[in-house]
Amino acid sequence: MRIHPIPPHAEYKMAQELSVVATFEVRRRSYLGSDGTVLRELPSFATDRELLVSLYRAMVLARTFDLKAVSLQRTGRLGTYATSLGQEAVGVGIASAMQPNDVLLPSYRDNAALQWRGVKMDEILLYWGGDERGNLWSGPAHDFPFCIPVASQAPHAAGVAYAFKYRKQARVAVCIIGDGATSKGDLWEAMNFAGVWKLPLVFFVNNNQWAISVPLKTQTASQTLAQKAIAAGFSGEQVDGNDIIAVRAAAEAAIAAARVGDGPRLIEAVTYRLGDHTTADDASRYRQSQEVQERWKQEPIVRLRAYLVAHMGWSKAQEEKVATECEEHVEGAIERYLAAGAAAPQTMFDHLYARLPAAYSGQRKEVEDRFRG
Amino acid sequence: MAELTLVDAINLALARALADDPDVVVFGEDVGTNGGVFRATAGLQRRFGVERVFDTPLSELLISGLCVGMAAQGLRPVAEIQFMGFLYPCLDQLVNHASRLRHRTQGRITCPMVLRTTHGAGIRAPEHHSEATEAMLAHIPGLRVVIPASPERAYGLLLAAIRDPDPVVFLEPTRIYRAVKGEVEDSGEALPLDVAFIVREGRDVTLISWGAMVKDTLEAAEVLAADGIDAEVIDLATLKPYDEATLLASVSKTGRCIIVHEAARTAGFGAEIAAMIAERGLLSLLAPVARVTGYDTIIPLPRLERDYMPSVGRIVMAARNACNFG
Repeated sequence: MRIHPIPPHAEYKMAQELSVVATFEVRRRSYLGSDGTVLRELPSFATDRELLVSLYRAMVLARTFDLKAVSLQRTGRLGTYATSLGQEAVGVGIASAMQPNDVLLPSYRDNAALQWRGVKMDEILLYWGGDERGNLWSGPAHDFPFCIPVASQAPHAAGVAYAFKYRKQARVAVCIIGDGATSKGDLWEAMNFAGVWKLPLVFFVNNNQWAISVPLKTQTASQTLAQKAIAAGFSGEQVDGNDIIAVRAAAEAAIAAARVGDGPRLIEAVTYRLGDHTTADDASRYRQSQEVQERWKQEPIVRLRAYLVAHMGWSKAQEEKVATECEEHVEGAIERYLAAGAAAPQTMFDHLYARLPAAYSGQRKEVEDRFRG
Repeated sequence: MAELTLVDAINLALARALADDPDVVVFGEDVGTNGGVFRATAGLQRRFGVERVFDTPLSELLISGLCVGMAAQGLRPVAEIQFMGFLYPCLDQLVNHASRLRHRTQGRITCPMVLRTTHGAGIRAPEHHSEATEAMLAHIPGLRVVIPASPERAYGLLLAAIRDPDPVVFLEPTRIYRAVKGEVEDSGEALPLDVAFIVREGRDVTLISWGAMVKDTLEAAEVLAADGIDAEVIDLATLKPYDEATLLASVSKTGRCIIVHEAARTAGFGAEIAAMIAERGLLSLLAPVARVTGYDTIIPLPRLERDYMPSVGRIVMAARNACNFG
């Protein structure tokens, strides 16, 4: 954590004589060290071997999917794609703490969360392969599609949460954004409203240290991103975003609180973007490979695996079985994705409105006629 | 039947929608206790409660984004942006989300929302309070843009906008909020959202306008009538989509077309109508299509705003020129 000491200039000394009207603190949650050692008493779900294995499997699946997606892009079979390399614990940890009828409002990097929610990998590929039908997914129908303009889904999350509160439904809106998004007014406006109305809404910040080429220190002078919630009247917590037990525990606590009417929370998951911003980016232009190498030592999959091996009797054979299953799973999805043909051109008019206005039916017909037969 | 101002008709439609449908929620800056800066929401919070009619923080981007989130959950948000000059923080939400949510999810999530804001100059307001940038909105696929010009149409069109399954920007002509009155029956009946209204029939020239300028255009038609020129006046009412058929039928009857809007001329919505008539109605034209518009300047502060806006005289002159052409 970066500390910004306040300079002991004259005005500050004078200010010290004034009374303090507000104070705050930000806590950090972590359970597993980077080698999998247990740092403090674990939450109760950590005794559930089946659950931990499913979290492990989901992270391996997300990584396998990402690597295959990149090779699809490199061979011209997928459009621009953003991996979650190194941040798998964030998406899986959050999604695993949600109920099916909660609403997820993801960013473009949250493939791992979507997969946990039941969105099929071939559907995700279809969207990034340039086809809107990928968003007509088999995951929860009420979950939002990937948000591309940064932070602009935060106000939607407030609207969704308002609807829950208005209808007295015990549901929670979950919004995932990146560190760069915390610089945008959209997030502030949404947090501010959520605070006023005590909405059932949890903001998660995937603080992966880089917004394309801009490092966190250029993004903000704030000591933590979690503290940005405090001005909106609710608490922010920092978690080790490479420790899935910490992410899930923080998510469970925040979502449970929101569900019972305790208002919004913000969780800052501190992690690292081990890959490029997207396949259209080359991170070697702006960051040192040594920095990335150091961060590989903290990545989340190795960490959970070390814990499973040390405390849950997890074997090499089991690890390899999961790896193989994930490979097969992804390969199957790729096959289905590649077999999907393009939609008919005139379908670009479909779903523009509930019913296409007569003013545009001529244009639709023109497209239909152009491509007929 | 009651004689109402346009702003009272808006209020009546909001009350009707709130009473008819528990999914309707009304919000914005000062819309609660204060009843809106123009009193369009007066009395609604007292009648329907603070959860259904509420004040938001001073946060226009939020207001538009809240609409998207609520609409995605099946509510029918009807939000107010006090002045069109403060609508611009909402453009990201309108362009990137509201207008395309249905399409980008292939119908999985829809966005039935109404964003109300005021439109136009002529009330001697401060800077940024007199904007007429409707063409910008009409350029956004997936959106509907509506602007009423009478109390009766304000009532029917607002009910239609609220019931419509897609996002609507509803522009309210500030200058005639209280300057026009009309009989409005609280029938609960909506008007169609893609039909232009012939508000005066005539044979010699078609005058097309929308919003507050419809009033001036009707006055111009009276002046022309005294000259023996029989003008047909059309209130376009919906800019996106707009009713090409009614405009073409009128122009084919009169052979002359004048488009009147207070927005700046270049790339104004009049350009779209002129192009459409050139493409589809050229052979019925007896004179070039003419536009009577605001100038390509920033809308001036109140001392000059009347000089900027199309006057009855300018409309009359354009119509006479068309009738004397050739």
